[in-house]
Amino acid sequence: MEETLEPNNLTPQSSSRDDQPIIVCRDVHKWYGNFQALQGVSMEVNKGEVIVIFGPSGSGKSTFIRTLNRLEEHQRGQIIVDGIELTHDVRNIEQVRMETGMVFQQFNLFPHLTVLQNITLAPLHVRKWPKDKAEEVATQLLVRVGIPEQADKYPGQLSGGQQQRVAIARALAMQPKIMLFDEPTSALDPEMIKEVLDVMIELAHTGMTMLVVTHEMGFARGVANRMFFFDQGQIVESGTPQQIFSNPQEDRTRLFLSQILTH
Amino acid sequence: MAEEIAAPRQILPPPAERYTWLGWIQKNLFSTWYNSLLTFITLGLAYALLKPFLTWLLEQANWEVVEVNFRLLMVGQYPPDEIWRIWLLLYLLAAVVGLSWGVWVRGRLALALGLLLAPLLLALLPIATPSARLNLVAMDLVAVAASRMGRLGGPSLRRFAAWSWVIYLVLVILVVRGFALTPEVMPRVPTNLWGGLLLTCLLTVVGIVFSFPLGILLALGRRSSLPAIRAVSVVYIEVIRGVPLVTILFMAAVMVPFFLPSGITIDRVLRAMVGITLFSAAYLAENVRGGLQAVPHGQFEAASALGLSGFKTMTRIILPQALRIVIPVLMGQFIALFKDTTLVVTIGLLELLGIARAVLAQPQYVSYQREVYLFVAAIFWVISYLMSYISQRLESVLGVGER
Repeated sequence: MEETLEPNNLTPQSSSRDDQPIIVCRDVHKWYGNFQALQGVSMEVNKGEVIVIFGPSGSGKSTFIRTLNRLEEHQRGQIIVDGIELTHDVRNIEQVRMETGMVFQQFNLFPHLTVLQNITLAPLHVRKWPKDKAEEVATQLLVRVGIPEQADKYPGQLSGGQQQRVAIARALAMQPKIMLFDEPTSALDPEMIKEVLDVMIELAHTGMTMLVVTHEMGFARGVANRMFFFDQGQIVESGTPQQIFSNPQEDRTRLFLSQILTH
Repeated sequence: MAEEIAAPRQILPPPAERYTWLGWIQKNLFSTWYNSLLTFITLGLAYALLKPFLTWLLEQANWEVVEVNFRLLMVGQYPPDEIWRIWLLLYLLAAVVGLSWGVWVRGRLALALGLLLAPLLLALLPIATPSARLNLVAMDLVAVAASRMGRLGGPSLRRFAAWSWVIYLVLVILVVRGFALTPEVMPRVPTNLWGGLLLTCLLTVVGIVFSFPLGILLALGRRSSLPAIRAVSVVYIEVIRGVPLVTILFMAAVMVPFFLPSGITIDRVLRAMVGITLFSAAYLAENVRGGLQAVPHGQFEAASALGLSGFKTMTRIILPQALRIVIPVLMGQFIALFKDTTLVVTIGLLELLGIARAVLAQPQYVSYQREVYLFVAAIFWVISYLMSYISQRLESVLGVGER
């Protein structure tokens, strides 16, 4: 499979799952004041793919994933999610946000609402589901992430791992087509990382399209279809986990991998 | 060695920290000779300072002035024939408070008893008339019945209880003012007859009820991304905060009539209410803004990522958290507003303190300043403390600082 991507010159993906890529980014640029966070990022993601994005801090990987649901605005280039282009049009943005779920490093659960209310809030107010349906879906999701008994507790009463699993359930409750994970395990104690990764692995096996910013290389090796190495706002290298781990082409990739894999 | 590790670990109870109160006295007041000395010196000082006050309070104070002018202090010159309206409102208040208690607070027997005892204690005061005593006791019964009802209804009555407060507040104004159905039924009581504690409470309640939403809007306006709205909010807040309340009240009383076409007048009490509301809103806006800034940015992001609209994000996610953070400050502002209502005396309205001074201006009562002012101070303290207490309860019910 030919995986290297040139900016503005995208080779069509020979995907076996679906012919239309669900996410298309072309030459995306983003500045914070004078600092350029993204310098021409191009990427195509097919339905059902699990993408792992990694790289040193400040490399633009979080910024990139946040441009995909417009938490950050890109200033040049094109982002098309599920056939909808992200522009200043608020309706487009709302549409894309309904189709993408996001999980944050700091969980960002709503502390004044119970676990169940956290999960049902968006289905009730955005999807306009009746309460019964929203609660039924929420309960099923809590079973799926393994904490059905915590439904009536408040986020502050849960451990970090449990909170992050609630956050995943909250994102899934909107029945998104794409899930974005922004360093989902970086704020967790080591013994809680596994319980969150297990949920994510299970999700990957169901065929969810996932973009995951993470340094959990075990997760990448296990379920990722492709990996992208970011540095200084650019994609330095991409490929299957096997290519990246056993035969990285770029010196920077090799150096970074040696730093995070051997300590 | 291995057996020792395998043995189940003994869980030790925390060390007991219970004393008899004699033990407490010994530990805290007489633990060493110099602590004992300090205790005696302090007691002696306290006695020396309080003795004149206590002798005055117990032996010399003559509360006749309060007794004679009691109605004046409570309702000003409100017509005696219409005072039943105030009683009606108090009965309704007892019902609404009782209902809310039954629906939201439940349990807390000691507290409920305290609340019930308050009117009974008032009934026992020597200045109460027999009919007032009867009314206070009956009010207690109404409150008990209402709380019983609230308890039985439980959470299903929540909406009803919340609405009952809204309806009650509208009724207060309607009933106090009268709506003149026919000349005989509920005639208008002109506002220049409103006074005393009644006026103080009305100014406070109206001030709180209207300045609260206005303050929230101003706080949101100040954080708005639209420059025009932001500018208006900033200018409003900074101008009002830079001016003393007395000035605003004077403006309302003296300046406003200049700008109105002749023949149109706005009621004086209404003008005072507007002045107090506008003043308080500027301060509340800054308090609320503090709360808004304390909500982490991640909350906005999470709400946006879920597809919630800006309005829903604000009303469902941000404001509930922001307001909860600032409950203590808000209540402080409301207490300040309550005490600031005394300033309306400068524009000729006789609220509680104004009436007190009017009473003292009469030659036969000149020498009773201490009694009158102490009485007024006691009323202010009780109501302020009640507000502060409600704030604490609200905080613990909403779990401030816990989640």
